[in-house]
Amino acid sequence: MENSKQNLCNEIVRRSGVNPRKCMKCGKCSGTCPAYDEMEYHPHQFVYMVETGDIEPLLNSKSIYRCLTCFACVDRCPRGVEPAKLVEAVRLAVVREQGKNHLKADDIPELLDEELPQQAIVSALRKYSK
Amino acid sequence: MQRIGVFVCWCGSNIAGTVDVAKVAEALKSEPGVVLSTNYQYMCSQAGQEMIKEAVKEHKLTGLVICSCSPRMHEATFRKTAAAAGINPYMVEIANIREQCSWIHKDMEEGTEKAIVLGRTAIAKVNLNAPLTPGESPVTKRALVIGGGIAGIQTALDIADAGFYVDIVEKKPTIGGKMAQLDKTFPTLDCAACILTPKMVDVAQHERIRIFSYSEVESVKGFVGNFDVTIRKKARYVKEDVCTGCGLCTEKCPQKKVPNEFNLGMDNRRAIYIPFAQAVPKVATIDADYCTMLKTGKCGVCSKVCTAKAIDYTQKDEFIEEKYGAIVAATGFNPISMDKFDEFAYSQSKDVITSLEFERLMNAAGPTAGKLLRPSDGVHPHKIVFVQCVGSRCASCAEKGKEYCSKICCMYTAKHAMLTRDKYPDTDVTVFYIDVRTPGKQFDEFYRRAVEEYGVHYIKGMVGKVSPEGNKLIVQGSDLIANKQLKIEADLVVLAAAIEPDKSARPLATMLTASMDTNDFFTEAHPKLRPVESPTAGIFLSGACQGPKDIPETVSQAGAAAAKVIGLLAKDKLTGNPCVAHSDEMMCNGCSSCEKVCPYGAITYSDKEFRGPNRTTLIRRVASVNEAICQGCGCCTVACPSGAMDLKGFASKQIMAEVDAICK
Repeated sequence: MENSKQNLCNEIVRRSGVNPRKCMKCGKCSGTCPAYDEMEYHPHQFVYMVETGDIEPLLNSKSIYRCLTCFACVDRCPRGVEPAKLVEAVRLAVVREQGKNHLKADDIPELLDEELPQQAIVSALRKYSK
Repeated sequence: MQRIGVFVCWCGSNIAGTVDVAKVAEALKSEPGVVLSTNYQYMCSQAGQEMIKEAVKEHKLTGLVICSCSPRMHEATFRKTAAAAGINPYMVEIANIREQCSWIHKDMEEGTEKAIVLGRTAIAKVNLNAPLTPGESPVTKRALVIGGGIAGIQTALDIADAGFYVDIVEKKPTIGGKMAQLDKTFPTLDCAACILTPKMVDVAQHERIRIFSYSEVESVKGFVGNFDVTIRKKARYVKEDVCTGCGLCTEKCPQKKVPNEFNLGMDNRRAIYIPFAQAVPKVATIDADYCTMLKTGKCGVCSKVCTAKAIDYTQKDEFIEEKYGAIVAATGFNPISMDKFDEFAYSQSKDVITSLEFERLMNAAGPTAGKLLRPSDGVHPHKIVFVQCVGSRCASCAEKGKEYCSKICCMYTAKHAMLTRDKYPDTDVTVFYIDVRTPGKQFDEFYRRAVEEYGVHYIKGMVGKVSPEGNKLIVQGSDLIANKQLKIEADLVVLAAAIEPDKSARPLATMLTASMDTNDFFTEAHPKLRPVESPTAGIFLSGACQGPKDIPETVSQAGAAAAKVIGLLAKDKLTGNPCVAHSDEMMCNGCSSCEKVCPYGAITYSDKEFRGPNRTTLIRRVASVNEAICQGCGCCTVACPSGAMDLKGFASKQIMAEVDAICK
């Protein structure tokens, strides 16, 4: 079990192309994040938790669907860590499991609303399902 | 035939750990010319050297091969040993079996095999070595210091006090550098001007120091002990020896809208100006980019008001040629541009400033006469946020920031925070930090005082963005210890910008053939053991041009550089390098290829008489090398099409023998 968790962690690191060891723990990613208040785990915590192999809480957290993928953290990180790519890799690790789609095509009609651009729904479907 | 002794060093386990030294010594025994091959734990030790001397006597050795560390480490040691044993020092060859073998290999067998090849190569060369005697060159007893900041000032004073002549070249109209712009200095909080200006006056009054202000180094030729330097004295349109520095012209000049660089553009000066009250030399300078008289020929107010008749609109750049024995680079630093850090809104709001701008705002001679007022509306700020590491420790974006720690920011930010709280207790001060780095005497105590006694809020975290809203600045950053994102409404934001070497350093390094690192800091000859010398002989380093450093460290280094210069200038003659180029006149075809490529101008051509067939004489144009100037770089030997040019000690024949030995 420990081993498979470590494997998944390594897999997430590999898929994201992020080296969490480059992080110098300055917190600029969390300082810049516009979705900070929506997230249970903040960008700098994502990096730290993946670095230490503590990914279970991340896999079960709603935070992975709260990241806007705006890439502000990627742009401003002084060490080139790219936290958003790590969040994305964790999210993909979840939604790629069978039956773990966070958004299904059938859910869409209910979400439609005049204020919401269609493009947002299309990209949400891409991000939140297999 | 040579009688060669081979000595294989273990270097403790440094070499012996990866190379079978006994096997190497055994294998090299059968090489041509070798009469003795042995190994020992530390060849460089006293006992090791004695062993070499004994062996020279016992086996009548004529050449030595030492298989050990890099020649940069101990070549000089073993050459001295050889000389003491009565062999010409240039009959010693080093086979580098440490840096280039044992340290980079892991496998014993491979390491041993390579060490044998390297040993065999050195033996092949020694077989063709000939004794060489170095020549001597005189030393010009005058030093040049490039840069007139605190580093250059201290170096110049120390050299001059030891009895040698020094010239300072400063590109600005006055010496003083960055320190002159500072308000107070950490950790004692004494005023920068109060401790700097007496030193500036000392420089001006010193009988052995000349200041070339508003001047730049145009070209450098020559070599250690004998540099020929051309200095461009830029036209300041004011006769330096006539101007009394009364300052009347700087009050009457009608061109009032010139950004004042001394106050970092936060106020204006006139087109004719004296940078600050204590400037040295205290002489006015006309800024040709703004002067109406120089641009349109109509004005001349300064000339009319000058009672000393010092204004000269026809002045031209002047070139001064001088000889120096040593050159010290003291070109200093600048804060990096904040233009690329859009997230901090530096270009959007006047109330986002750099720390150096903050120094001027706090200074009594600054744009606000020492009152802390916001640049946008002149209102006193009640909430100030300091952001540290702006552009420092920034590895991701070379075009934006710098990978290194700028070293001085933690301390000056603590100083700014403390001074603000001391002068304006009604102002709330917050500092965002990644790490607070305060190694230094009384440094950590100083920072803690800011927190404990002055109530400065230190927040572990970085600011993500600053957005101007109305007359406030919304600072959004993270508080990592509270695990919160903060939004602070600030009146003023101060950015601790990273520092970088002055832009003039790179072209200067090219002129001096002094090496630099990727950040344009000058490189030391050895990072630990020769920290104030450049690898280029006769070039010394002082201050922040070698790496970020604060004032105490700069002054120490400036003194150390001066000591090295004094050591050089105290010598009457320098022993040269005998490994210089030599032209075989019989083979030279007079093509001038070598003369064109020689970077030192050491090669000249002359017509010479030669005996031809049947008792005739021929006049041929042939090259000759000035051995005192030649640095042995070898460019000419490659350029020579007829093979006449060769390098003593590194002859083509010797190098080919080495290659053959490797390929055997």
